[in-house]
Amino acid sequence: MTDLAWINAAITAARPQAVGALLRYFRDLDTAEEAFQDACLRAMKNWPKNGPPRDAAAWLIMVGRNAALDGVRRRSKQTELPSEEVLSDLDDVEERAADRIDHADYRDDVLRLLFICCHPDLPPTQQIALALRIVSGLSVKQIARAFLVTEAAMEQRITRAKRQVGAAGVAFGTPTAVERSERVAAVLAMLYLVFNEGYSAGDNPARSELCGEAIRLARLLLRLYQAEPEVMGLLALMLIQHARSPARVDAEGQIVLLEDQDRSLWDRKAIAEGLALIDKAMRHRRPGAYQIQAAIAALHVRSASAAETDWAQIDRLYATLERLAPSPVVTLNRAVAVSKVEGPAAALELVEPLGDRLAGYFHFHGLRGALLLELGRSAAAREAFDRAISLANTAAEAAHIRQHLDRLAAEHAPPQSEPGAA
Amino acid sequence: MLYALLCYNAEDVVFSWTKAEDDAVMARLGVVHDRLAEAGKLGPSLRLLPTTAATTLRKSDPPMVIDGPFAETKEQLLGFYVIDCETLDEALEIARDLGRANPGGAYEIRPIRLFLPGALPADAAEKVSA
Repeated sequence: MTDLAWINAAITAARPQAVGALLRYFRDLDTAEEAFQDACLRAMKNWPKNGPPRDAAAWLIMVGRNAALDGVRRRSKQTELPSEEVLSDLDDVEERAADRIDHADYRDDVLRLLFICCHPDLPPTQQIALALRIVSGLSVKQIARAFLVTEAAMEQRITRAKRQVGAAGVAFGTPTAVERSERVAAVLAMLYLVFNEGYSAGDNPARSELCGEAIRLARLLLRLYQAEPEVMGLLALMLIQHARSPARVDAEGQIVLLEDQDRSLWDRKAIAEGLALIDKAMRHRRPGAYQIQAAIAALHVRSASAAETDWAQIDRLYATLERLAPSPVVTLNRAVAVSKVEGPAAALELVEPLGDRLAGYFHFHGLRGALLLELGRSAAAREAFDRAISLANTAAEAAHIRQHLDRLAAEHAPPQSEPGAA
Repeated sequence: MLYALLCYNAEDVVFSWTKAEDDAVMARLGVVHDRLAEAGKLGPSLRLLPTTAATTLRKSDPPMVIDGPFAETKEQLLGFYVIDCETLDEALEIARDLGRANPGGAYEIRPIRLFLPGALPADAAEKVSA
């Protein structure tokens, strides 16, 4: 590995901790980010010469803090300080840093930095953009590419989000246990947003990298909160879902459904890690929505073929999830399991009442169409598929529904009347 | 003499490598592995899953299960086992059995990500038991 690659990885790894500590110190996001930038520039100069520090985060925090303080002093035109002398004397910076920085603060620093991105007034896309910018350190250009907007538009979006977060005020005191667990829950939801943003874009590599980033941050969070089963659950869920991504899109960019995927393409290492985490989480006997979703994903990857999937168990897990975190989307997912266990009529019964709440949801119409098709109700199926296509989020989703419609058109050249439930 | 090489590095940095960087490191290691295997000098080698996947059994009375890796610095690494289990519970049960036979200290139970059986000569074990 080249020096530069190592330094980049070390800086990326240290960033949440370092920016989090600098934020606590300066209580201002822009100052913290600038201080971190300064520290990185110095690291680029210093580390190749003097070798990497033992604790990169501590080094960056100390150097960033000194650089920012020096800037403040210079701006306020106070007594001239021998700044360069102080700042270039970095040989023993770690020694001093290790003495001064309380490692117990790190946890809360990182959590705070993640938490400010979850501000409830920020729409999901802005939460994601802010987290990618300030926690992950992605460039505005990289984030803009992921969201398919111009750099200027993304810059504006992030600036606005930062202003909103700044105006809302950030709690800098040590959080209570309850506050801490609320923050962890909010951060988990935000990380899953980041993941899904990447997951929903099968054909945009800049965006699918977001999956890896969400996984990296979840691992970081779990290292800070090692006994939190929901953190294990979310990390497991994302690892298992991401493990399937090599098989999710075919050479033409078309979505391949789970049951048709080539299972030999799945990333077995990521699956092993996910399964190990589920095992760990289960020991706590504190079930949560992420753990259950991870358990469902695990049932899929544990079966050697689609035909061997334990749909009855998946149905039971979705029913538990419905009780724990009721949502029409969960019921919709459960309907897929029900269709495998009890058939399309029972599943359709579950799906129909969701029409009001899921009228604008691609997957609702897609599943409804598929169930109607299975029941031989071609005209109603075609209507549902038409609706789905108009709501498709990606070209791949639209193409998948188009296949159904083409098949229908081939089978029933002239539009037929509704034959009724079979 | 048989030696164990124990690999240490900053986990958060290694997991911040891009896939290309990780692949490049593994490819370079592969060259060295092949050379050692050909010379009959390479025994089993493995890459572990991250510490976030670890569980620790403190061999106190009663034994205590803790999430995460073994983090104390008072004890030293004295040996390790590779076991084949279906579940973490099964691995913990084995660890408890071993702990009853040899109390004190702790076992960190860490899933293995990559296992290469290696190619030591059949008489390799005699080099240490002799």
